[in-house]
Amino acid sequence: MYIKQVSVFLENENGRLDDALRILSEGNINILSVCIADTADYGVLRLILGESERGCKILKDAGMAARMDDVIAVVVENEVGSFGKVVKMIQDEGIGIRYIYGLSIPTDGAPIALKTDDQEKTVKVLERGNVKTLSPEDMQAF
Amino acid sequence: MIWNEAKECMPRDEIRALQSSRLVKVVNRVYHNVPYYRKKMQEVGLEPGDIRGVEDLSKLPFTTYEDLNAAYPFGLAAVPPSELVRVHASSGTTGKPKIGVYTRRDIDIWAECVARCLTMAGITRDDIIQVGYGYGLFTGGLGAHYGAEYLGALVIPMSTGNTQKLIDMMIDCKVTAIACTPSYLLHVAEDIEKMGVLDKIHLKAAICGAEPWTDEMRDQMEKRLRIKAYDIYGLTEIFGPGVANDCEYHRGLHIWEDHFLPEIIDPSTLEQQPEGGDGELVITNLTKEGMPLIRYRTKDLTSLEYDKCECGRTMARIQRFRGRTDDMLIIRGVNVFPSQVEAALLTINGMTPHYMLVVDRVDNADTLEVQVEVADNIFTDEISSLEKLSKEVHDKLRQAIGLNAKVRLVEPGGLEHFDGKSKHVTDKRNLYK
Ligand SMILES: [Zn+2]
Repeated sequence: MYIKQVSVFLENENGRLDDALRILSEGNINILSVCIADTADYGVLRLILGESERGCKILKDAGMAARMDDVIAVVVENEVGSFGKVVKMIQDEGIGIRYIYGLSIPTDGAPIALKTDDQEKTVKVLERGNVKTLSPEDMQAF
Repeated sequence: MIWNEAKECMPRDEIRALQSSRLVKVVNRVYHNVPYYRKKMQEVGLEPGDIRGVEDLSKLPFTTYEDLNAAYPFGLAAVPPSELVRVHASSGTTGKPKIGVYTRRDIDIWAECVARCLTMAGITRDDIIQVGYGYGLFTGGLGAHYGAEYLGALVIPMSTGNTQKLIDMMIDCKVTAIACTPSYLLHVAEDIEKMGVLDKIHLKAAICGAEPWTDEMRDQMEKRLRIKAYDIYGLTEIFGPGVANDCEYHRGLHIWEDHFLPEIIDPSTLEQQPEGGDGELVITNLTKEGMPLIRYRTKDLTSLEYDKCECGRTMARIQRFRGRTDDMLIIRGVNVFPSQVEAALLTINGMTPHYMLVVDRVDNADTLEVQVEVADNIFTDEISSLEKLSKEVHDKLRQAIGLNAKVRLVEPGGLEHFDGKSKHVTDKRNLYK
């Protein structure tokens, strides 16, 4: 199942990450998970928030380029090779993985966020393979 | 709709005859009333009698910003101070402000010129127009204001600085037209979209000027605001906005040749160019009393077309501005105009006209960096798409200006814009020091 991810465009300048996180904390938005993908000049901050819609709006109102997307939250079992099994399951179906990162939320196993070329098909593949995914409701518990 | 058909649609030979008689008169006036001009003419051995018509125009010396600076503030006034009723000024790149002074009759003629332009944009006495230019020394605010009042429209003098209030009043007063800079109008469009109030506005037309803009920007504002947008041209030294304006056929900006005599010169040889030739626009004030300028070099690069327009007007049309003689950047030996960069950027879907060219010299080689704002609609969560965007910008620029630029994506709002004229170039090379 999908969860909402808020991403923010950040220039690689001192303090821009702080600014984004401060804006959220001042808006009383709980940050569940943070990940940054960066290049030499800029980065994309990817966030899983307690309140995605409000968080995204607060960031935009502060003048930042922000957007909301669906990502798949997968819980991989704490066993050697289980992460590789999930990746293979998806790739065997010919689905390309756009990006993947670990979520820092307390749950059994290792939770990861995943975006692929075909999200719908990926969810079906994972269901078929009995891989556990998290829903927005699950996220509310954190 | 045409405001003054007798003048705007005059046969070409009559225009030329009118210009000739007015040119003779204005040359006589400046020779006898402006010691600065008399001296300039005497230096090249000219007497007023040598100028018998438009065909003698090229004998007259040019007026440049340096002349305005030397004669600052009232040294070029052609009437006694008691006849003057208004001063406007715009900032010069160096030295004193560029100043214009007006008599009561000048103000009336200016207002009529603006009324002709507004009519060209389909605006009538039934319209409600917001003037979003700065009021004050800048000619934009008061110039558009007097012209719209002369036309009989209802004018809301917003000035600049409070976009929220402008949009609120636009909705509340059912505003149908707006006059402001093109970059400010795009900023207004962004805010209207953000507020989700597009369906509540009644805007039909926009008259935008005071800075160069492109067809792509017109497309953007017309689509986003569901309006028709027109380009108005002018400069403080000559009058202010309303010297020329484009009609619904967008085939160039009709210049009011009964008041302004345009010509094109080669900026390096200063030779008058044949009809249709490219070069620097030079304008002579034919009717201005306060401070008529003779052969004023505008520094704007363009050409003039004289064939009759589909709209019925016969007045010459100023073609797309290719840049300014002083805007032109020479990077690695290539002439680059910011307007070319802007046009190239705007061919990319969703791109805003907010950009900055940073030119530097590292180890004796010129470097060009183009900073582009990542607006909401082009931002994606995937680095690969952003990299693709950078590459697209790079490739478009290479096509347009033939240079490889480093592209840097920056956060929205990071670049200065919409406050008056946008600033698009930072040249760190200090070539003139
Ligand atoms: Zn026309």
